[in-house]
Amino acid sequence: MTHIQSRPNLAPDAHAGAYRYDAFDKTFVRERVAQFRGQVERRLSGALTEEEFKPLRLMNGVYLQLHAYMLRIAIPYGVLRSPQLRQLAMIGRRWDKGYGHFTTRQNIQFNWPALKDIPDMLDALAEVDMHAIQTSGNCIRNVTADHYCGAAADEIVDPRVYAEILRQWSTLHPEFTFLPRKFKIAISGSPQDRAAVQVHDIGLIATRNRDGAVGFTVYVGGGQGRSPFLAVKARDFVPEAELIGYLEAVLRTYNQLGRRDNIYKARIKVTVHEMGAEAFLNLVEEEYARLPRDRFRLDPAIVAAIESHFAPPPFEALPARSAALEAARAADPAFARWLRSNTHPHRQPGYAIAVVSLKPVGGIPGDATSDQMEALADLADRFSFGEVRVSHEQNLVLAHVRQDDLHALWQGLEAEGLGTANLNLVSDIIACPGLDYCALANARSIPIAQRISERFGDLDRQHEIGELKIKISGCINACGHHHVGHIGILGVDKKGEEFFQILLGGESASPAAALGEITGPGFSADGVVDAVETLVSTYLALRRPGERFIDTLNRTGHGPFKESIHAAA
Amino acid sequence: MPLLKNGTVVEDRFVAVTDDDPLPDGVDVLVPLERWRTLHDALPPGRRYGVRLKSHQLVGEIAPDLGTLALVALELPKFRDGRAFSGARELRERYHWQGEIRAVGHIIPDQYLMLTRVGVDTVEVPAERLTDAWRRALGEFSIAYQAAQDDAPTLSLLRRHLRAGEPS
Repeated sequence: MTHIQSRPNLAPDAHAGAYRYDAFDKTFVRERVAQFRGQVERRLSGALTEEEFKPLRLMNGVYLQLHAYMLRIAIPYGVLRSPQLRQLAMIGRRWDKGYGHFTTRQNIQFNWPALKDIPDMLDALAEVDMHAIQTSGNCIRNVTADHYCGAAADEIVDPRVYAEILRQWSTLHPEFTFLPRKFKIAISGSPQDRAAVQVHDIGLIATRNRDGAVGFTVYVGGGQGRSPFLAVKARDFVPEAELIGYLEAVLRTYNQLGRRDNIYKARIKVTVHEMGAEAFLNLVEEEYARLPRDRFRLDPAIVAAIESHFAPPPFEALPARSAALEAARAADPAFARWLRSNTHPHRQPGYAIAVVSLKPVGGIPGDATSDQMEALADLADRFSFGEVRVSHEQNLVLAHVRQDDLHALWQGLEAEGLGTANLNLVSDIIACPGLDYCALANARSIPIAQRISERFGDLDRQHEIGELKIKISGCINACGHHHVGHIGILGVDKKGEEFFQILLGGESASPAAALGEITGPGFSADGVVDAVETLVSTYLALRRPGERFIDTLNRTGHGPFKESIHAAA
Repeated sequence: MPLLKNGTVVEDRFVAVTDDDPLPDGVDVLVPLERWRTLHDALPPGRRYGVRLKSHQLVGEIAPDLGTLALVALELPKFRDGRAFSGARELRERYHWQGEIRAVGHIIPDQYLMLTRVGVDTVEVPAERLTDAWRRALGEFSIAYQAAQDDAPTLSLLRRHLRAGEPS
């Protein structure tokens, strides 16, 4: 007879749903850091020209921004273990200004490192099995996924398993490291797309056929930027075993035919658009038909081995309804408000998914201080198996919280300024770094986000307004996803002055994905905040019971909304 | 121009001939695609032939001729132009061609290992850029996540998970 023993030495993140490096992965990352040290030395000695060094540093996540270098660190499909989050906090404190910025590609970036320190920062990352590989450059970037993976009640297939397989497949891929342009892959495993798959170069929706076998609906050729396109469906169902082979065919076709004469026309979306989707996809199918299938066949045993890294944590058997939660909800209206907006149904009875807003009223979307990261790592250890996810909407997720613990978690978050109850509401804004940091920007975006957030600072009012996604970019490169905001804001430069165009009707989630349309002339920085408020008032006047902003907009058309902001101008 | 194979300089037996030069007698020649098209119906015997492809000229253009070719040189006009990587793999994987694949043009040492992994045999390097970095580049990574052209025909990157079973 054995009995369950307490295991005091088990690390708090022992059951985090994250891929654990083996000796192979660790060796690889160490060798990659050593290679980058050598590249920095060769640049300093003049053996590499700046032109030659640039793509190499970019493929290690090092950008030159407006005021300083920026280091973008990969968080594969947004999943972090608590020791990794603590190391990011340390890095922010030691080599940056005590904070970091979580991005729309589920990564984190530090905006103030010195170039000479970057190899040491990469060493510090390697200590916790992290790196900055392929967070930039014309290669396959960090694969992103649904941030509710492995927890959402509606999930059909866990996308982490395949995102990890794609991470390994794409890492320093010998054929696809010098593509015409960057290449982004996103994967979702639920009918409700939470990974914005149709605005990616390749979007995958993992699903099951009638026999229960896993496969992928494949979308190709989406993207935002200066010429936005929604991806077109390439295949309804690529069987699991054929996933890698099919992606090889897409990438090889693009690598050979993508334009290299004009950086603005080099993404696969332009190739697909200019050739026509049918012609491009026919070439992909021809390429795929002649690929050696066996060579690229994804063995079910390999999938099972990767899957073992993402085994469900040891959930307790709990009743679906928590009496403690109900008591706290009834007693504390502010907590009840947070529950309403910032928690999501979990597949396991008695558990919930909790979303930590990085959008405090008047704050910088996506920023977290080192202190906050450490506090969050502790809360993750206490309440969510030592695991934290980054969402593409620049928030953080604790995926497996006992409903009994939600009140204590929220109190812990509130103490750190992380308890804002605004998920999917008007102040849950995506914004790019804009002219405050970025060398490409034409206008500021962070201050606009801050002012809108302050204008709607009353959280009860935000809850009354309901779901409304505002996305702000400081230039046409669209890092702030303005094309898919319900209200999109695009900063432009007009004779040295900032102006802001408003787009309406965008949506990031497939199958409802849509690109917003520009409403009319731009606004000043003051004017755009007023215009957003006017749009909200218009919605409130027109909405029918149960309608979200986007629903009313889609029902009435853009006319009344456009008139409301441009008639007054 | 120096030619590297396995990290060391080897003799280049091919003489590069432009579109207009007369073919020199008795030596192996490397000709541009346009010149090759004027030759390949009536090849003077007694030498080996190679074709040099610009980056926009895909290897499918010479597929019917591969049986008579000893060398295909793939040009990178800028090192960022990675079409040659796909070209080399197509020569090996699609056409099962065994001849010499040479990378020419603007290439940096940091690409050397990947070039060899897609099937490139030799790389042309200007004498002034011939440093130890080339030899070192071949040893910078002891492992790779993908199968190379000379590896076993499997997804080598993930096979290790079958051996390991459990994460270490």
